[in-house]
Amino acid sequence: MASYPSQYRYTKEHEWISAEDGRGTVGITDYAQQQLGDVVYVEMPKTGAELKSAQAFGTVESVKAVSEIFSPVSGKVEEVNPDLTAAPELINQDPHGRGWLVKVQLANPAELDSLMSAAEYEQFIAAQRLD
Amino acid sequence: MSENETTPTPRASRHPTQNEPLLFERSAPGKRGVQLPPLDVPAADLSQLGGAVRAEIADFPELSELEIVRHYTRLSTWNYGVDTGIYPLGSCTMKYNARINERVAAMEGLGDGHPLQPAELSQGALRLMRLLSEYLLEITGMEAITLQPAAGAHGEMTGILLARALLASRGNARRAILIPDSAHGTNPATAAIAGYEVRNLRSNAEGTVDVADLDRVMTEDVAALMLTNPNTLGVFEEDIHKIAELVHARGGLLYMDGANMNALVGRARPGDFGVDVMHLNLHKTFSTPHGGGGPGSGPVAVKKELEPFLPVPVIVPGVGGALALDYDRPQSIGRVKAFYGNFGMFVRALAYIMANGCDGLKQTTEDAVLNANYVRHHLRDVYDLPYPTPSMHECVFSDKRQTAQGVRTGDIAKRLIDYGFHPYTVSFPLIVHGAMMIEPTESAPREELDEFIAAMRAIAREVETDPELVRSAPHSTRVGRMDEVRAARQPILRWKPAGR
Repeated sequence: MASYPSQYRYTKEHEWISAEDGRGTVGITDYAQQQLGDVVYVEMPKTGAELKSAQAFGTVESVKAVSEIFSPVSGKVEEVNPDLTAAPELINQDPHGRGWLVKVQLANPAELDSLMSAAEYEQFIAAQRLD
Repeated sequence: MSENETTPTPRASRHPTQNEPLLFERSAPGKRGVQLPPLDVPAADLSQLGGAVRAEIADFPELSELEIVRHYTRLSTWNYGVDTGIYPLGSCTMKYNARINERVAAMEGLGDGHPLQPAELSQGALRLMRLLSEYLLEITGMEAITLQPAAGAHGEMTGILLARALLASRGNARRAILIPDSAHGTNPATAAIAGYEVRNLRSNAEGTVDVADLDRVMTEDVAALMLTNPNTLGVFEEDIHKIAELVHARGGLLYMDGANMNALVGRARPGDFGVDVMHLNLHKTFSTPHGGGGPGSGPVAVKKELEPFLPVPVIVPGVGGALALDYDRPQSIGRVKAFYGNFGMFVRALAYIMANGCDGLKQTTEDAVLNANYVRHHLRDVYDLPYPTPSMHECVFSDKRQTAQGVRTGDIAKRLIDYGFHPYTVSFPLIVHGAMMIEPTESAPREELDEFIAAMRAIAREVETDPELVRSAPHSTRVGRMDEVRAARQPILRWKPAGR
C-alpha cells in the first residue's frame, strides 16, 4: 500500500493538498486512483480560474467512471500540470507526485486546518473499505 | 461401441466464418454484383456538376453479390440476441419479442400506412393508438397519455417538461429535481436538460428512499422527485404512499421512471400510489424490440392536471364517431417527435397486451418476479447479496467475495460469455460496489435458468481454484479481451486502408 505523505492534507472526496507559503499543489489520492482504475482523460481548469473550497473544478475519467474533482481550498489556479494531457496514467503511477493536477494561490490558508491529516485520512479510508 | 464413436467431435475455432474481413479489404477492381446493359443514351458530362461530384467516395469496395450475401450472413451469426439465449441484463427487461407482434405489424393496412395520410383515411391506425392508450392507462392507473416519445430517456424529458409546464402555469417552475443515488443515469441528465438543478437523495440500509432524508431535502424549490419503482436494486419502495404525500404536501410532483414496470403490470398501478407523471418503455415491458432492433417507444402517462400540456396532436373524437387529430392545444409543450411516435411499436405492444389478456399480463409479472427470486435463491450462497430486502423482477449481487481473489464483476461477466450467456449488467446500480445485476424476465424457461445458475456457480468455483482463468476471459470468442485502457486513451475511430 502506498504511503500518504504526512505533510499533505486530505479531503473526504480523496484529494490531497501540499501547501507552503500560501501556495498549494493539489492532486487525487492513491486510494482514489485505485478506486477509479486506469485514468484515460483529465479535464482541468485554466490558469487563472478561481476555485472554491469543496466545489468541483474538473473531472477525472477512467475506463470505469467519470469523477468530479473537488477543490480542498479556495484560491486561484497558477499552474496546471501540462504532462497529464499526453500521459493521464501519471495519476495512476505517481498520484502523490508527478500526477499532481493544479497549483493554487491560497485565498484563505486557514481552510487547511479543516482538512484531514495523513493519519486521519488513512483511518477514513480503512473505514470505507470495511463498508 | 467402437472407440471412434465415443470420441466427441473436435471443435473448430479458426473457421473463416469467424474471421471475416471488411468489405473494403475484400474488394478487387472489376468485381461487381450486377451487369448493366450498354448505355443507350449519350454519356453525361459529370464536370457540369462541379463541386457536387464527390471524389472521396471513389474507393467504394467492388464485390460480387455472393460475397456481399456471405459477408452479412456471417456477421449476422455473430449476434447474440433474445432469440439465441437468456439475456439477463438487469434493468433492461430483455424479454422475448413474440412472433405474433411482427405478424400483426406487417399486416398491409398497418405496415403500409403513411403518416401523411389524412385522418379520415387513417381511422384504423388512430383507433389502434386510442385502444393502446386506453390499455396503458388502465395498466398504469393514470388519466391521460402521449405515445409520441421515441424511447425511455425521451419519455423522461417529455415528462419533466410537462411537470415544468404545469408548475410554471401555477406561477413558479421551481429550481431543482430530487434524484435517488440508485437512479438510472438518464434521470439526472433529463433534469439538467430540462433546466433543473439535480439534487441527490441518499438510499437507506434497505436500499430504498430514506423518508427522513426526503423530508429534509424536499423544499419549496423542488419541482419533482424522480423515482424508479421498483428501484434499480429490484426493491419495491414500500413507503411510496408516504413519499408521494410528502412530495405533494410541498407542492412538488412525483415522477416515476417506468423502466421497471415489468414488476408491476397487473399487480400494482402507479396512478394508485400517487404518481403524477411517468413514462413506459414499450421496448422493455411490452415486448417490442430493444436496442439496435428497435426503434424504442416511451409513452408518457399523466394525471388530469397535466393533460393540457401533452404534446400535439392529441387523438380526439371527431364527427360521426370518427377520430380526429387535435392540434389546437394552447398549453401544449409542442411536438416532441415527428408525426405520432414510432407507430410500428404501438402495433406490437397492443398485440402483446391483447395476446396475453388481463390474466396473462398478471401471470407475466408474477413469472418475472419468480424467475428473479429463483436466481437469487440459487446464487446467494456463492455471491454476496448487499441488500437482503426482498427482490422483485431483478436481483443485485456484488463481487465482494470474489475481489479477494482479484476477480471483479466485469471479469465474471466476461467469463459468462464463455459459458454461452449474455452477461448481466455490470457495475450498476452505483450504490453497490462491484454490482452484478440480473434480470431474467419471465421469458426464461426454468431449464435455461438452471443452466445459467450452473454457469454462475461454476465461475464462482473457478474464482477459487483458477482466478486467472476468469480474469483473462473470454476464451471461446472470436476475439479475446479488449485492451479497454488503450482503446480509451488512443481511440482509433476510423478504418483506413493499409499504407495510407
